[in-house]
Amino acid sequence: MLSSSGSRKGLVSVITASSVGTLIEWYDFYIFGSLAAVIATKFFPAGNPTLSLLSTLATFAAGFVVRPFGALFFGRLGDLVGRKYTFLLTLVLMGLSTFLIGCVPDFSTIGYAAPVLVLLLRLLQGLALGGEYGGAATYVAEHAPVGERGFWTAWIQTTATVGLFLSLLVIITVKGNMSAASFTAWGWRIPFWLSIIMVGISILIRLRMQESPLFLAAKKSGQTSSNPLRDSFTKKYNFKFVLLALLGATMGQGVVWYTGQFYALSFIQNTLKVEVAQASQLIMWALLFATPFFIFFGWLSDKIGRKWIMLSGMLLAVVCYRPLYTAMYETGMTAGGGALPATLILDSANFWKMVALVFIQVFFVTMVYGPIAAFLVELFPTAIRYTSMSLPYHIGNGIFGGLLPAIATYLSTKATLANEIALQQQLPLPYEKPYLEGLWYPIVIATVSFVIGALYIRTTPQQKD
Amino acid sequence: MLNRLRRILGIGWIVIGILSGYYLLMSQAIPKFQSGQAADKIPALIYAFILLPLIVGSFLLFGYYALKGEYDQPE
Repeated sequence: MLSSSGSRKGLVSVITASSVGTLIEWYDFYIFGSLAAVIATKFFPAGNPTLSLLSTLATFAAGFVVRPFGALFFGRLGDLVGRKYTFLLTLVLMGLSTFLIGCVPDFSTIGYAAPVLVLLLRLLQGLALGGEYGGAATYVAEHAPVGERGFWTAWIQTTATVGLFLSLLVIITVKGNMSAASFTAWGWRIPFWLSIIMVGISILIRLRMQESPLFLAAKKSGQTSSNPLRDSFTKKYNFKFVLLALLGATMGQGVVWYTGQFYALSFIQNTLKVEVAQASQLIMWALLFATPFFIFFGWLSDKIGRKWIMLSGMLLAVVCYRPLYTAMYETGMTAGGGALPATLILDSANFWKMVALVFIQVFFVTMVYGPIAAFLVELFPTAIRYTSMSLPYHIGNGIFGGLLPAIATYLSTKATLANEIALQQQLPLPYEKPYLEGLWYPIVIATVSFVIGALYIRTTPQQKD
Repeated sequence: MLNRLRRILGIGWIVIGILSGYYLLMSQAIPKFQSGQAADKIPALIYAFILLPLIVGSFLLFGYYALKGEYDQPE
């Protein structure tokens, strides 16, 4: 480890090289989502069932299928050949895919080749993201002193939020510097093109880094695994910890993360009808204020343990979500003068109140997410660490978190429909606040994860080197 | 005492696995299969053949391990 050779400066370089690359990967992944509406008009025009199918595939497969698959593929590679070259590969893959999405001609120019190319590139993005996080977290943790892993890996934990922030910032800046027509015509490509510059710089930084000292030591002593997939998932001793990491930690963390950062935005835009640019600005402020708490809770987890910080974040989320969303709804109603107009513009006081309400949710995210990289790293031995920690992370986030929009929409639509039917039949309304029904999904999942984590995760971290 | 609770709750995790499978099937997979829209077919297939086995399988195995005392801790 770097600390033993006395190089704190070296540790900062490791964090910088790892964090910048991971941040860019998150940025790349998010700009596709943030520009989904424009991309749909360019590559998946409405009214064509085949294009509609490809569009759905791009949305679903990248998050649900390819991310966990990328975790397995690159995790195995990282445990076999090393962390450094593997997460260098994921960075190149992500950067090239993102840049090329910005270069694909429209459907009107090259026909079906356009959506097929975009779909393939989006799948490559998902694959790269699946391999990146585990590599970066493992690489940083294996350089960090044992008692400081929470603090150092917390820098990696900020990257997902900062990546989202950066994607919103770049899109808003590009949009603000050209007409709406130019942005729709070609300006939307700029955020994708910018990626290649950022990835290029990050690759140069990463190329200068050394391999993880723990991996090198394990390799030297012949303690690396010849088949990490088999050792991770077919040996009961390891596999039971993979399950525990998934159900007792990443599952709850995934839904808290998605609720605080995506569901909040969707609720503000779609339920409260807040104007799109203002909604993005609002989220950006909340992210900006909350981000330092990732580092704080990572640092705190080194002092008092990781388990109860993560579980407290889940519990607070479970208890506070309904009051928070009620307050958000009432803020919107107040700003709209007692009703929600087609487009709501928040005045300054209500804007900052809404920022505070979103900030609280992101604060819960920092509690569950700040210490989790160190927690996952310490759960598994060096030989199978990359593989074993990547899969529960991406299933927890990609699948349990990724299911949130579909299930929350299903629950709230069902409640709204039941109210409409009751209204027609002049019966009492079954749901007092149908707009809150979608929250049952994160509440139930986080509760289950809390109970599993509280009962089955050992309080003393298993620090396996 | 806590180890007994960990083991007994193993049954609970198995039941949650079965219930979540039923819920995903009824609320997401089947309605999408029956919607008649081409775009719904892919999510329906992903729910039925990837997400459902993964989620149900994880809970069933975790519950089984818990029941067998694999997660017991020194008291």
